[in-house]
Amino acid sequence: MTEEIKEILFTEHEEYMINMGPQHPSTHGVLRFEVFLKGEVVTRLVPHCGYIHRGIEKMCEKDTYPQIIHLTDRMDYFSAHMNNEAVCLCVENALQVEVPERVKYIRTILAELGRLASHQLWWCAFGMDLGALTTFFYGLRDREKILDIFEESFGSRLLHSFITPGGLMHDVHPNFQNRIKEFIKYFRKKLPEYDQLLTGNIIFQNRTKGIGQLSKEDAIAYGITGPSGRGSGFSCDIRKKYPYSAYPYVQFEEKLSEVGDTFSRYKLRIDEMWESMKIIEQLVDNIPEGDYTAKMKAVLRLPEGEYFQKVETARGELGVYIVSDGNKYPYRIKFRTPNFSNLFIMNKLASGGKIADLVAISGSLDLIIPDIDR
Amino acid sequence: MTEELFNILKSQFESVEIKEGKNYPEFYIPASELTTFCKFLKDDDRFSFDFLFNLTAVDWIEYFNLVYHLESTKNNKCIVVKSKVEGRDNVSIDTVSMLWPAAEFFEREVFDLFGINFNNHPDMRRLFLEENWNGHPLRKDYIDEINIIER
Repeated sequence: MTEEIKEILFTEHEEYMINMGPQHPSTHGVLRFEVFLKGEVVTRLVPHCGYIHRGIEKMCEKDTYPQIIHLTDRMDYFSAHMNNEAVCLCVENALQVEVPERVKYIRTILAELGRLASHQLWWCAFGMDLGALTTFFYGLRDREKILDIFEESFGSRLLHSFITPGGLMHDVHPNFQNRIKEFIKYFRKKLPEYDQLLTGNIIFQNRTKGIGQLSKEDAIAYGITGPSGRGSGFSCDIRKKYPYSAYPYVQFEEKLSEVGDTFSRYKLRIDEMWESMKIIEQLVDNIPEGDYTAKMKAVLRLPEGEYFQKVETARGELGVYIVSDGNKYPYRIKFRTPNFSNLFIMNKLASGGKIADLVAISGSLDLIIPDIDR
Repeated sequence: MTEELFNILKSQFESVEIKEGKNYPEFYIPASELTTFCKFLKDDDRFSFDFLFNLTAVDWIEYFNLVYHLESTKNNKCIVVKSKVEGRDNVSIDTVSMLWPAAEFFEREVFDLFGINFNNHPDMRRLFLEENWNGHPLRKDYIDEINIIER
């Protein structure tokens, strides 16, 4: 805290409160921050969520496992495939089903494509939040190409529900491999443009460097995972720690940054896009031939017990906790969503800073509100 | 986790029960000893479970199970701690939010949806639902005639 800010904090100003949200453009959803201010310095911040609480966990208690897949899309809709995969892996592990190699490869490619699309959208929205509208058009231009690949193979662009316990709903389109190879070739040329446009911009750097400092200890204590946690040096990549699907077969780096400010979280996501492309390139030429699904029973009943599966989504660690009593419905299902934990660090990051930095900080955490409310 | 560490826990806490779970080892501890047990797991160098990645409850009608998923970022190990609270009205258990700040919001969610009170919690309010909401939806005996259709 600089002297200037201390002076504002502890002198004549009275504390007052303003509401940011529920309909604020930078919250990308329905979320309200109660911001307490002295002058223009934030003293504390209280998040209010639940505006789009749909009771997904309660609904799941009356749904069969293949039905649950379709609800998980609606939590973090930019990581739709990874959310599906979490439930599928949990059910497959419980039933001890070995899925075909082909399925593992395709799932991993889709997860990484989803991560790319999610980071692209985050990048353009983050630039826009800070006043750089141009980024929005550049980001969406490239994201569109990924969504086209999704659309060709499974008919939907955002919420796929393409995988099912045991494998895939149907096989991918014959063009699948070629389209992806074309896209990677294209995006390898385009990604340096992102750096030229925004990363090197001096106004952007002034607005992000040294803002919203998060220490590694706090990241662990508050459970901040994903790029936001790795931006503070917390090694939390599930793909490395507990590999699933085809991640054991590929070489990639877990990017870490020790700085922990808004800019390091930004830089980390850009670096992750390069890593995602690396993973896709290693897999796309080697997709084995074979069945697109394992043989599954018509009605899935999990053996009695409790199961937990972790998956790395675009925003962090997604955990699925299923308690089964042997019925075809889960007795209790709990989603440990990454954004839920990431949201509540906001008070710590924003307190003591200026109100103008609030948007930069919340943007760098990449919050998706339906994932918090569920 | 090695057999040795199991024995350390057993010698420190007599009432702890250890079970091999499907994914992670499970530790059952009476609610009265929960905070001292968690503090030991977090502060002791041999365990150092510093990352609470999930906290939830399960309604078994006769009692509630509180489930804490812990991970040690140093040793890359995960365990589950479970505690039982009985009764339906005025159910309460001690908070662990002073050990892991992440627990503060998980506990608010459990309070909201299960109606379990956490003693010494800094901010015990509903998280998702309105303050004047009737009942706690994730309880098995929750009745909502309009929105829940029995099949």
